Amino acid sequence: MNSKTQNKIAIGGLYGIAGLVVLILLALLGYILASGVPQLSWHFLTAPGKAFLKGGGVGIQLYNSFYLLILAMLISFPIALGAAIYLYEYAKDNWVTTTIRTAIEILSSLPSVVVGLFGFLFFVVKLHLGFSILSGAFALTFFNLPLLTRSIEDSLRTISDVQREGGLALGLSRWETVTRVILPAAVPSILTGVILSAGRVFGEAAALIYTAGQSAPALDFTDWNPFNISSPLNPMRPAETLAVHIWKINSEGIMPDAKAISSGSSAVLVIAILLFNFAARYLGKRLYKRLTSA
Amino acid sequence: MFVNNDVKNAMAMEERHVIKLSDPDHPVILSTEDLHVYYGKKEALFEGDLEFASNQISALIGPSGSGKSTYLRSLNRMNDRIATVTGKIMYRGVDINQPSIDVYEMRRRVGMVFQRPNPFAKSIYDNIAFALRLRGVTGKHKLDEIVETSLKQAALWDQVKDDLNKSALALSGGQAQRLCIARAIAIKPDILLLDEPASALDPVSTGQLEDTLLSLKEHYTIIIVTHNMQQAARISEYTAFFNQGRVLEYDTTSHIFTNPSVQVTSDYVSGNFG
Repeated sequence: MNSKTQNKIAIGGLYGIAGLVVLILLALLGYILASGVPQLSWHFLTAPGKAFLKGGGVGIQLYNSFYLLILAMLISFPIALGAAIYLYEYAKDNWVTTTIRTAIEILSSLPSVVVGLFGFLFFVVKLHLGFSILSGAFALTFFNLPLLTRSIEDSLRTISDVQREGGLALGLSRWETVTRVILPAAVPSILTGVILSAGRVFGEAAALIYTAGQSAPALDFTDWNPFNISSPLNPMRPAETLAVHIWKINSEGIMPDAKAISSGSSAVLVIAILLFNFAARYLGKRLYKRLTSA
Repeated sequence: MFVNNDVKNAMAMEERHVIKLSDPDHPVILSTEDLHVYYGKKEALFEGDLEFASNQISALIGPSGSGKSTYLRSLNRMNDRIATVTGKIMYRGVDINQPSIDVYEMRRRVGMVFQRPNPFAKSIYDNIAFALRLRGVTGKHKLDEIVETSLKQAALWDQVKDDLNKSALALSGGQAQRLCIARAIAIKPDILLLDEPASALDPVSTGQLEDTLLSLKEHYTIIIVTHNMQQAARISEYTAFFNQGRVLEYDTTSHIFTNPSVQVTSDYVSGNFG
C-alpha cells in the first residue's frame, strides 16, 4: 500500500468519525427541539406551574434560572477576576501558585452533585441559609469559580508580554498596567469566557437540587421589595430552576402532561444555552473589531 | 593547547579599551559602575562601566547574547523581576539601582522603546494621552497640544493627524514604532533607551526612524542597542562594543569603526564574526 492510498484511507476514517460526532449531536438536538418546540407558547413561558393539573407553565422556573445565574455571576466574577490577575500577573511560579493551580484543577473536575451536597451541609444547614437562592448562588459559585478563573487567566495569557513592558516603561505601576492596558485589551476574550460559563451555570441541576431547592413558590411580579417572601428579588426564598424542574418532573412529576412540560422545558434550556453561545461569539468578535480597527 | 577559562578571561580582560568622557558641551548624564547582571545563578553581564553623554546618541553593538540588551534593560530597571542587578547606575548623581528609588517615577525620566512595536489596543490619541491622564495631566487643550508635539517630534503627525481616534493596532510597523517613540517622549523623559527599534522594520521605515532619532537628540539623550553596524555608524556619536557579557571597547563611533583598539572589535566591525 503506498502512502497516497494510506492518506486517503486516513482522511476517509477521520471524515467518518467527525461525521458521526456531528450526526449524534444533531440527532440529539433535533430530538429535543422537535419534541419540545411544539409545546412552547407565551403561556408556557410565563405561567406558573401546576402540581396536579395539566396546562402549567415554567414562568417562575425560567425567572429563577436567570436570577440565580445573575447572582452567581455577581459573586463569582470578581473573585475569579482577582484570582486570575494574581495568578497570572503577580504571582511568581513557586509552590504556592502550584498548589493553587492544582486546587483549581481538582475543583473544576469535582462532580457537581458533590458541590451540591457540600452546599447543602454548609450553606443550607450549617449557615442556616435554608433552601434558598443565596445557598444556590454560593454553590454555583463553587462550581463556577475554577472554570471562570482558568478562562480569565487564559485570556490574560493571550495578551503579549510586550504590552506589559510597554506599560511599565511609561512609568506605570504593575497595577496600572494591568487595569489600564492589559484588561481593556483582554475584555473581548474575558467576556466570551464569562458568557460560555454562564451557559454552563444556567443548565446546572445537580448542584442546585439540595441548595436552591425543588419548589417554586408563587411570585408576585408587582412586588419588588426583596424582603417580602413573594417578591421575585427575595434571595432567601427557595427557587427551583428550569434544569432542576426537568429533573424533578421526570422523576416524580404527577401532572398529566409531565412529558410535554419536560420536553418544552428542555427545549427552552437548550435554546437559551445556544443563545448564550451565539451571543458570546458575536459580542467577542464585535468588541475585538472595535478595539483593533475602529 | 589547553587554555582554561580563567586564563582566557584574563586575556580578554587585558584587551579592553574604554574611554572616560570629557566633553563640556555634553556632560555625563548617566553612568554605570561595576554593573553585574545575573539570571538566576547564571551571570549574563560581567561588567559594564560606561558613561553616556547628554544630548548625544550612544550605540551598543555586539553579537547576539553579548549582553547589550541585558545591559540596556538594566538601565531603567526593566529587569527587576527577572534578574539580579548589582552595581551602581548613576543618573544625575543619584544611584537609581537601589531599593529606595521609586522605579515608576524613574522610568518616567528614563523611557524605553522596544524591539517589537507595542502600541496598546487603544486609539492613536489615547496611546499617548492615557499615561499623561494617569499622572494628572487633564484638560483637552493641554493634552491635544502634547499629543501633537510628540507626534511631530516622532515624525508621524502628518500621516495620522486625521485619524487620531482610529485604533493604533491598524498602523503599519514603522508607524507603530514611531507612535511608541511619540508615546515615550510625551511624558518628557531625559533619556530614551531603544532596544533594536528598527529590527522589525523595512529599510524605508528604518531610514525614517533614524532621521527621527537624529532630530530627537536635541532634546533627549539616546542610547540605542542595534544589530546593524551601519546604523550605529550613521547615527551615533559614541559606540560600545559588547562581547560575551563584557564591554570590550567604548569610544567615539568613528574610532570604533575606523581604527578600533581591540582586535575582537576590529574582527566584529569588519564582519569576521557575529
